[in-house]
Amino acid sequence: MIKSIQELEEIRKKALEELEFRKQHGEGIRIVVGMATCGIAAGARPVMLKFVEEIQKRNLKNVTVVQTGCIGLCKYEPIVEVYEPNKEKVTYVKMTPEKVLKVVAEHLVNGKPVYEYTIGYEENKEANN
Amino acid sequence: MPLYRSHVLVCGGTGCTSGGSDRIYDAFLKEIEAQNLKDEVQVIRTGCFGLCAEGPIVIVYPEGAFYSKVADSDVKEIVEEHLLKGRIVKRLLYKESIEEGQIKSLNEVKFYKKQMRIALRNCGVINPENIEEYIAYDGYKALAKVLTEMTPEQVIDWVKRSGLRGRGGGGFPTGLKWEFAAKAPGDVKYVVCNADEGDPGAYMDRSILEGDPHSVIEAMAIAGYAIGSKQGYVYVRAEYPLAVKRLEVAIEQARQYGLLGKNILGTNFEFDIEIRLGAGAFVCGEETALMTSIEGHRGEPRPRPPFPAVKGLWGKPTLLNNVETYANIPVIILKGPEWFASIGTEKSKGTKVFALVGKVNNTGLIEVPMGTTVREIVEDIGGGIPGGKKFKAVQTGGPSGGCIPASLMDTPIDFDSLTALGTMMGSGGMIVMDEDTCMVDIAKFFLEFTVDESCGKCPPCRIGTRRMLEILQKITSGNGTEEDLEKLEELAYSIKDSALCGLGQTAPNPVLSTLRYFRDEYEAHVKEKRCPAGACKALLRIVIDKELCKGCGICAKNCPANAITGQIKKPFEIDQSKCIKCGVCIEKCPFKAISKKA
Repeated sequence: MIKSIQELEEIRKKALEELEFRKQHGEGIRIVVGMATCGIAAGARPVMLKFVEEIQKRNLKNVTVVQTGCIGLCKYEPIVEVYEPNKEKVTYVKMTPEKVLKVVAEHLVNGKPVYEYTIGYEENKEANN
Repeated sequence: MPLYRSHVLVCGGTGCTSGGSDRIYDAFLKEIEAQNLKDEVQVIRTGCFGLCAEGPIVIVYPEGAFYSKVADSDVKEIVEEHLLKGRIVKRLLYKESIEEGQIKSLNEVKFYKKQMRIALRNCGVINPENIEEYIAYDGYKALAKVLTEMTPEQVIDWVKRSGLRGRGGGGFPTGLKWEFAAKAPGDVKYVVCNADEGDPGAYMDRSILEGDPHSVIEAMAIAGYAIGSKQGYVYVRAEYPLAVKRLEVAIEQARQYGLLGKNILGTNFEFDIEIRLGAGAFVCGEETALMTSIEGHRGEPRPRPPFPAVKGLWGKPTLLNNVETYANIPVIILKGPEWFASIGTEKSKGTKVFALVGKVNNTGLIEVPMGTTVREIVEDIGGGIPGGKKFKAVQTGGPSGGCIPASLMDTPIDFDSLTALGTMMGSGGMIVMDEDTCMVDIAKFFLEFTVDESCGKCPPCRIGTRRMLEILQKITSGNGTEEDLEKLEELAYSIKDSALCGLGQTAPNPVLSTLRYFRDEYEAHVKEKRCPAGACKALLRIVIDKELCKGCGICAKNCPANAITGQIKKPFEIDQSKCIKCGVCIEKCPFKAISKKA
C-alpha cells in the first residue's frame, strides 16, 4: 500500500534506476567491452560483469555498459573503451576484474583516466623492452 | 532490485502476438537460461511499438538495436551473437535503422521521427503488467498532484484550458464534458471509459489498453476526483482478450498499491474501477447504447438529450470518455495545460493516434501532432505506397467517415479540416488506398458493415442502409442506372436527417464522400458499365488481343465455361455472356495475348 506521495516517489526512484538504460544512448558515459571470441577467451565476460556490478554498487547514473565485437587488437584483449561526451575515448587493454575496480573509482567517479592500463602505456612499455 | 546489463523488449501487442511474439518471448527466456545469462539479461514483454508491419519486433537495450520480423529460429542467434558476444545481428535489424553502417536510434528512424507520442508515451517502453515500471515513468504522479495540490474545479479548469477534445471521434471539448458532469446534481456519479472501438481497421484504444493500461486507470481516478465519483467502469469488447487481461492485472495491482480503493495516497478520496465486457457490437460504442449495455440490457441507443452527463448510467450523472482521451490526461496534469495547448492546431490541440492500414508500406500505429498533413503521414511515416502504385485516397473515421482524395493530400489533419472535407476524425482508423481500389466498392464495403451492425431500433438505419447497399450492389454488378445514383443520394440525406443515433446518422457518409470526390467512378460504372480501377469483377472484360493471338486454342481447351471459340491458326474470341472471369485463360496463354480490361 502506498500511503503518501513520498512513498510513491520512493518507488518511482527505485524503479527508474532499473530502467535508466532503456533510454537511448548518446548521452553520458559509454563503456564498450570487446566481446568477440578473442575477447571472451581472454576473459572479457568477468570484466564486463564487474563493471555492471561496480556501477550499480556506486549508483552511477548516466553510465551504460555495452558490448562490441572484435576491436582488432587481439593480443591486448580484454579491451574496454570508455567514451565520454566531448572527450577523447580512452582504450584500456589487458583488463581484469581487479583493474575494473580502479578504473571505476578513478576514471568514472573522479574523472581521471588510469593511464597505466591504457593502450598507449602498454605500447610504450613494449617498445622500450 | 537487481541491475541487468541488458534488457530485451519483446512486443506483446496483438499484432506481434499473432505473429508469434509469445513464442519468441519464451524462446528468449529458454535460450538466456541455457546460456547462463539469466542474472544479466532481463526479458520484458511490452505493448505495441507501432510498426506492426515489421513485427514481431524485439528491441535490445542499451544499444537500442531494433530487430524486426523476428522468427523463433532467430532467437538463438540474437542471444549467442548479440547478448553473449556483443555483435549486433545486422540481418535482422529493421532496414531503415541502418545507415552507412551506423545503427540509428529508434527516434531517428523515419517512422518515428515525425511522430510525437503522448497517448502512446509508454507503449513499447514499459512492461504493462508491472505497475512499478509505470510509476518509474511518472505514473500516478498526476493523481498524487491533483489529490494533494488541486481542487476539483482546478482540475476541470486545466483540462478545459488544455483544449483537449474527445478522441473517440466527435471531438467534443473534454473539459466542458467534465464540467457538465461535475455540475450535474446528484451524490452518486460514474466515470466510464469507452473501449468498445469497432471501426474496421482501427486499433488505437486496444493498443493503449494493452501497452499502458495504468494511464487509463490513473486518468479515470483523476476524473473521479474532478466530478465527484467513486466508481468507474471500463466497457471493453470481449474480442480484445489481451487488453482485458492487461487491464485486469493493472486494476488488481493498482488496488494492491492503494492507488484504487479507499483512502488513496493517504487522502479521503475513494475510487474503484470495474470492467464490463461487451459482445463486440458496433452500436455499443455509441454512448447511450454503451450505458444501456452496462446496465445489463440489449445495447440499443436512446435519443439525446438527456445527455449522459446529466442522466447516464442507472439514471445518474455519468462522465464518458474514450481510452485515448483518458490517456492524455495524466500528461496534461503533469506538464500543464499550456504545454498541451502549444501542440497541434488552433482548434485541435495535442496529438492524435492513427491506425495506419491498407496500401501503405509501414502499416502500424502512429501518433502525430494535430495539423500533420496526409502527405507526411502516407509518405514520410508510412513509407509510401507499395509496388510503386499511385496513391488514390485515405479513408478516415471508419463507417462514419469519408475519403480524402490525393488532390487534397496537403490538408493538415485536425477535427475541423476533416469535417470540412466531408469526412471526420473518428476514432482514428486511416485506410490508405491506391489506384487499384474502386471507390464504389469501398463505399459498398462500409455499407455492408453498417447493415450487419445496425442494431435495428430505428427504421432509417435498419431499412435505409440496406436499400442503399442494394443500390450499390446493383451498380457494382453493372446493372445500375443514373436514377439509381439520384436515389442513392436522396436516401443518404434522409437517413442522415432521421436516424436515431450518431452511427445511423453518419452511416451514409462513405457513400456521400465518395460521390463527392469520385463521382466519375460511379458514373463510369453506371453509364459505361466500366470499373476504372478494375476492381469490380462483374464489370471486367477479359479480351484476346487479335494481334498477339496465334490461334493455338490452349485458352479454349482450358476455359471451364466454354466461353472461348475459334479456329486453329486464327484469332480466338471470348463470348462475354458466358465468361465467368476466372482468368484461367490469361494464365494459360503462352503468348500473353489475353488480358483483363476495365
